[in-house]
Amino acid sequence: MESDSAVVAMHMSDGIVNAPVSLAFGVVAVVGPAFCVARARRDLDDRTAPLAGLVAAFVFAVQMLNFPVLPGVSGHLLGGALTAILVGPYVGALCVAIVLALQALLFADGGLSALGTNITNMALIGTFVGFAVAVAMRPLARRGRAGLLTTAFVAAWVNTVVASLGFVAEYALGGEGLALGTVFGLMTGFHALIGIGEGIITALTVGAVAAVRPDLVYLLRGQRPDLEIRTAQETSR
Amino acid sequence: MGAGHSLHHPGSSVVHRLPAHVKIVVTFLLVLAVVATPREAFWIFGEHLGLLVGIWVAARLPVASIAVRSLIEAPFVVLAVLLPFAAAGPRVEWLGLSLSYDGLLAGWNILVKGTLGVLISVTLGMTTPVRDLLSGLGRLRVPGMVTTIATLMVRYLEVIVAEARRMRLARVARGHDPRFLWQIGPTVRGVGTLFLRSYERGERVHLAMLARGYTGAMPVTDDAGATRRTWARALVPAVVAVLGAATGYALT
Repeated sequence: MESDSAVVAMHMSDGIVNAPVSLAFGVVAVVGPAFCVARARRDLDDRTAPLAGLVAAFVFAVQMLNFPVLPGVSGHLLGGALTAILVGPYVGALCVAIVLALQALLFADGGLSALGTNITNMALIGTFVGFAVAVAMRPLARRGRAGLLTTAFVAAWVNTVVASLGFVAEYALGGEGLALGTVFGLMTGFHALIGIGEGIITALTVGAVAAVRPDLVYLLRGQRPDLEIRTAQETSR
Repeated sequence: MGAGHSLHHPGSSVVHRLPAHVKIVVTFLLVLAVVATPREAFWIFGEHLGLLVGIWVAARLPVASIAVRSLIEAPFVVLAVLLPFAAAGPRVEWLGLSLSYDGLLAGWNILVKGTLGVLISVTLGMTTPVRDLLSGLGRLRVPGMVTTIATLMVRYLEVIVAEARRMRLARVARGHDPRFLWQIGPTVRGVGTLFLRSYERGERVHLAMLARGYTGAMPVTDDAGATRRTWARALVPAVVAVLGAATGYALT
């Protein structure tokens, strides 16, 4: 964590892709979250909005936790699959998008013109693909703790690798310099490794939450046994 | 990047006093103008930098702290430095190194645009407190749900960081020796617990807010609307930068 070695972060800076592509993905990054806001209203009410804020703060804090991949290279958590499993894909995507926007505005982490591509990769693609994987594996997740941990790990790994493929696609559209094959190899290679760390953290977090507060895990919603109400006479029998 | 404390550098200059939503718009325009400038228009980037220096003088920002806050860009410099070696195309011999001409240009492109972009964002962050940034976003018609989540996120961030510090202290008190890589394992294993603790603290905070009359939106305490004159003055740097980018296109 305190190492000064070079960090390969997922965030893109200004100038990696050209202005038209940045603008086009800027539009995607406005329309996508706007759709999420509309859909998130169903998952969120005034009571739960502060909890979404807390999830966003948690993603923000955990994104600062860098883990080593190779000597000199480390990655950080993206949090897409984690938030999708805990609060659902719409609120989750919204949380990650807010984290990215505030990181760019408050800490200059990730370029402002690259905000569109960053939100598309990490908040939209990463979260929704991660959640799709988790939903596909839901029968396994419901079977028990090991199944849930495996689901969370796989969803987070896929989320990381697919998000990096988003970068490759954007680079193909509006980047210049490197051959596409090199970019593809570097990005997927690094992120296949980063995804392992992401998967471990996601699995441990989801596991800890599911053990104590299964009601907070969106993926497992509707699984709780119905509350059994007995009258005093029934219980005394 | 330290959590909780943002880039803000308090002051009372013209730039500090501008309404936040005006500054956000100008910042985005400046960054877009920089990114749109063709990479071969070398001196236009000098003009962009000159413009920024002008803003720093007007805002009375110390150059040293701008530099420190810009270090966040460092990872991208690595990519920019690698490009001349890795890219394809015609090669240039320089000090016995075989460099790709396209790669050099692409590396320069990322380096100069990334650096200017960070400098512009840092300027916004240094002259605008977090609270104003968030209410500025609200003024720019960002949906209330988003600004509410963002506001609460900023508030909860300190709660989480403090909770993490307490947990680390508790580990140390029980004989844990946090050093370099070895602390990663316990920290990662504690992440789930950290989430739960913060979540439950958040629930309590929320109940306390409801008990005090919270209705789903934070009260707006500043009424910093912008007059047309304020807009006109604030947009001058953005217009200059856009004209610079256009000149760059015309010349290359």
